[in-house]
Amino acid sequence: MQLYSALTLLKEGLTGQRGWRAQWRSPEPQSAYDAVIVGGGGHGLGTAYHLASEHKLTRVAVLEKGWIGGGNTGRNTTIIRSNYLFDESAALYDHALKLWEELSQTLNYNVMFSPRGVMMLAHTVHDAQVSKRHVHANRCNGVDNEWLTPEEAQAFCPPLNISDDIRYPVLGAALQRRGGTARHDAVAWGYARAADSLGVDIIENCDVTGIRRDASGAVEALETNRGLIHTRKIGVCVAGHTSVIMNRVGVRLPLESFPLQALVSEPLKPVLPCVVMSNGIHAYVSQSDKGELVIGAGTDAYTSYTQRGALHVNSHTLEAICELFPTFRRLQMLRNWGGIVDVTPDRSPIIAKTPVPGLYVNCGWGTGGFKATPGSAHLFAWTIAHDEPHPINAPFSIERFRDGYLIDEAAAAAVAH
Amino acid sequence: MLLIECPYCGQRPELEFVYGGEAHITRPDAAAQLTDAQWTDYLYARGNTRGVHAERWRHTRGCGRFFNALRDTTTDQFVVTYKVGTPRPGPASQVPP
Repeated sequence: MQLYSALTLLKEGLTGQRGWRAQWRSPEPQSAYDAVIVGGGGHGLGTAYHLASEHKLTRVAVLEKGWIGGGNTGRNTTIIRSNYLFDESAALYDHALKLWEELSQTLNYNVMFSPRGVMMLAHTVHDAQVSKRHVHANRCNGVDNEWLTPEEAQAFCPPLNISDDIRYPVLGAALQRRGGTARHDAVAWGYARAADSLGVDIIENCDVTGIRRDASGAVEALETNRGLIHTRKIGVCVAGHTSVIMNRVGVRLPLESFPLQALVSEPLKPVLPCVVMSNGIHAYVSQSDKGELVIGAGTDAYTSYTQRGALHVNSHTLEAICELFPTFRRLQMLRNWGGIVDVTPDRSPIIAKTPVPGLYVNCGWGTGGFKATPGSAHLFAWTIAHDEPHPINAPFSIERFRDGYLIDEAAAAAVAH
Repeated sequence: MLLIECPYCGQRPELEFVYGGEAHITRPDAAAQLTDAQWTDYLYARGNTRGVHAERWRHTRGCGRFFNALRDTTTDQFVVTYKVGTPRPGPASQVPP
């Protein structure tokens, strides 16, 4: 792997930028691998990286139907935080946040992790009580989170409107200073480059059409549009399309896939110093380093695989943002798009073995999987390599629905997140 | 925004409706005799179909009645809407197990 550093940059600058090499290969698929990851997003590429780097599996492939990072990895609003209510979730998301803090160094790739603070607004007495409960629960779990008065919130985020004249005035905010954003594409590319350098084959335009099982029921091969690929371990990391693949092997999961939209404004000079979220009136906004406001809308009401959503869903979030930030009212939106997110009944993910030997699944991240990418990748690789879950992801099994151990962040947040 | 054909009121904008998830999921009669796995499947597992999906809608801000629909989840186009209690339209081969 060609190491990236200030020195390399200087050398290439002086020699006409002719020495840069491709960051990863485009190999033909081999006929057999030790493990195959289906899905070349951040979670899948990261899983392959950890299988190769930590668990020393030498023959690993990532199969991607389109191009890597072209699914939800490239479509999300890049918010990173770990201020979840329940112990299991706090452990999971904070594990990821700690890995985010070192990810650029680990991968020798600038993922532009920017812990600029994530501020979650409260607009009603109930909102404020729930937010304070989150703050206290987080602090018991060693996760930073603090309660701000409206004046403190405005001091941290100057454009915020704390007037009591608006429909849902800001009564306070919970601030996680360690939270922030990262460059989504760089996460996929950084993992791809690091995994490739350890021998992982990243195979794009490779659509999995079936999974073959042997007489004992264990997986033995993947049928793809680029031929049959033998393997004894398959990790499925395909977000919104998880049900499509799992239904083919008769594993019915508690998932529904919904369109989730995001949009960006025309670029501005730096105006919004942190991430601002409001679950109550549904606003998610941050400013990218290019200057665009990055805005997350809600999910559409109905299940769909269309990767597009309805305009009224976007209008709803834009109306909330215009009330909270009157200075943004005259901005024009440049682009909007949708991704397909797989949602579980308790809004917590599944990172687990399945009833099919050799088949593992990492899904159900719903509307908030990007923040967990490094943690999810690390834990899923562990689960595949050891054929049992890591203690952090053990509660995130499929069996929790049977056994009644839901991790009900849906009720805790009262919103998809 | 979708235009949805309520079987009672005709075509109305999506905002008048509430989505009700997968249709034709019947609560098992002999619940006490079910295994945990069967009960879990009834409560939580969903087909999450990519293609023609049978689903429930309610015309909440209209007549208030429930109905079913077939909609292609790859295009969001409605194939047909039909009344609750009637079987899924179309050839039997399309009906998922």
